[in-house]
Amino acid sequence: MKESKEELVSYLRKMMEIRLFEEKVMELLARNIIKGASHLYAGEEAVAVGACNAIREDDYITSTHRGHGHCLAKGGKLPEMMAELCGKATGYCKGRGGSMHIADVTKGNLGATGIVCSNVPVAVGAALSVKMRKTEQVVLCFFGDGASNNGVFHESLNMAAVWNLPVVFVCENNLYGMSVAANRCSAVQDMADKAKAYNIPSMICDGMDILNVKETIEKATERARGGDGPIFVECKTYRYFGHSRSDPRAYRTKEEEKEWRDKCPIKQFSKKLTDNKILTEKEIDQIEKQAEEDVENAEKFAIESPYPDVKELKDDIYAPSPSELLNGGAIR
Amino acid sequence: MREILYKDALVEAMWEEMERDEKVFVMGEDVAIYGGAYGATKGLYEQFGEERVRDTAISESAIVGAAIGAAITGMRPIAEIMYIDFITQAMDQLVNQAAKMRYMFGGKTTVPMVLRTEGGAGRCIAAHHSQSLEAWIMHVPGLYLVMPSTPYDAKGLLKASIRDDNPVVFIEHKMLYGLKGEVPEDDYIIPLGVADIKKEGSDVTIVAYSRQLHVTMEAATELEKDNISAEVIDPRTLKPLDLDTILTSVKKTGKLVIVSEGYKTCNVASEIAMLVMEHGFDLLDAPVKRVCAVDVPVPMSPVLEDAAIPNKQNVINAVKEVCQ
Repeated sequence: MKESKEELVSYLRKMMEIRLFEEKVMELLARNIIKGASHLYAGEEAVAVGACNAIREDDYITSTHRGHGHCLAKGGKLPEMMAELCGKATGYCKGRGGSMHIADVTKGNLGATGIVCSNVPVAVGAALSVKMRKTEQVVLCFFGDGASNNGVFHESLNMAAVWNLPVVFVCENNLYGMSVAANRCSAVQDMADKAKAYNIPSMICDGMDILNVKETIEKATERARGGDGPIFVECKTYRYFGHSRSDPRAYRTKEEEKEWRDKCPIKQFSKKLTDNKILTEKEIDQIEKQAEEDVENAEKFAIESPYPDVKELKDDIYAPSPSELLNGGAIR
Repeated sequence: MREILYKDALVEAMWEEMERDEKVFVMGEDVAIYGGAYGATKGLYEQFGEERVRDTAISESAIVGAAIGAAITGMRPIAEIMYIDFITQAMDQLVNQAAKMRYMFGGKTTVPMVLRTEGGAGRCIAAHHSQSLEAWIMHVPGLYLVMPSTPYDAKGLLKASIRDDNPVVFIEHKMLYGLKGEVPEDDYIIPLGVADIKKEGSDVTIVAYSRQLHVTMEAATELEKDNISAEVIDPRTLKPLDLDTILTSVKKTGKLVIVSEGYKTCNVASEIAMLVMEHGFDLLDAPVKRVCAVDVPVPMSPVLEDAAIPNKQNVINAVKEVCQ
């Protein structure tokens, strides 16, 4: 492993934070402390953490409806995340967005979205901006297998290829779009095959193996940053919870779920670290305990935070405009 | 003062803003080599090159989505959708992304982009190339909506739209590109949300915008012969809407007619009428009248197309009804 011990520990820690955060969200949903819908990332941690550790801090990501992992992996903070999910004023988006609308532009996270595939063209536009501004950033565009059946996915890949833009399309293939299996609604087995039509090279990696994800995204990023255009990486992965809290998961078997639980990215990576004598089991337990504490502190912060002031309901719909551009008295 | 065409006023606005700010660029179908389906980007490609004037594939959703992505990362895109009828293909990006990002992300994201498009009937090109869908845009919080009727307004408002930090939908009218009008040579801006009184009058207020402003002006001239003095107000921007100017006029006239080329049901006129009733019911001496397009897909045949959209006589009739 080429990474330093410090780096490896940080990956493990981050994956644990995501897992524990998502388990806590599940608990808070059950207790009705978190209202609404939350699509949980548990099981897919290696993808976000591997990918976000393969890029520069000033690189961009676009996220999805299942975006908690992306946000945390790109440097998002647990308390602000949890407060946002609880609809509190201290949340990332002042409680307006909740689970599916978290952005952290200061960290290069351009945002999640509630509409499948709607961020794919946005990522392409960010990459166009990078190219025009000549900043040598790259854009990691996360999306699922389901998004690759959407029309704008194809428009976007084509545009990125024609304009040779620095975007890495990261397909998190977790086998299901809500309940419909990818092999029941996609004409190809590997989503990566779809990139061929746009002359975009592709790679497939084990989305349960963080180092494999990281290495693959590093290669992809190198190409994109080097001016050779977009690239497509498919990460084979699995979501442990259902699509949302009301999902009975009748479309998949217990055996299949167990098979993927056995490939747990955190367990696998922990074993690799102990096998290579980088960490002891005791040290791993300590790391998990610290992550647990952080998640509990985030929960406490969120619960104790105030709700937004209803007086602010209409704030931020529009950016402020100077009077020479806008009559402030007009009805908006 | 010199006179130039509406389409050339648009070109000038973009040209000047591209010279002023290197972050401004143009993208869309046939905007570069062809110069825009109606010539509203002519010469920009030759002047600014392919990096800043970008022909795209026929991918409306990706055009708008990419404009958003560029806008939130420091550029100021002007995206063109050739006909507003094609905006259906891009509505998710416009309504769910451009309009909502700033609010949903807690005010931390800014989306400074202009979506230029054109609408309206008059060329016998039927229901996929002739609609006036501005009511759809006006309905959505987070978007601004601009619809200029003259070369002067087109230039000044487009420059303001480009400089503004919000997503602006800028709808031109296909029958106005060849309209000539006075446009000063010096740099000027028309702020969004300022209506223009195109003709002063005392008996009735007529609100009209885009091409219907000109239909209304002809009607107003003819109404003078019947001793009816109409005040014609062009809101110029439907969002933000300068309601104050409309109310001030209605206070004087007591009567209101609103003209629009959009389908009558849930028309922009319905909203303006309701706002006037909410804010100035006591000013009205007669029920508000709307003159709108018939609720029918805009047909091709010239006689049917003419019958589907408002004309001078419709406006005159409506005014006479409220002035009885």
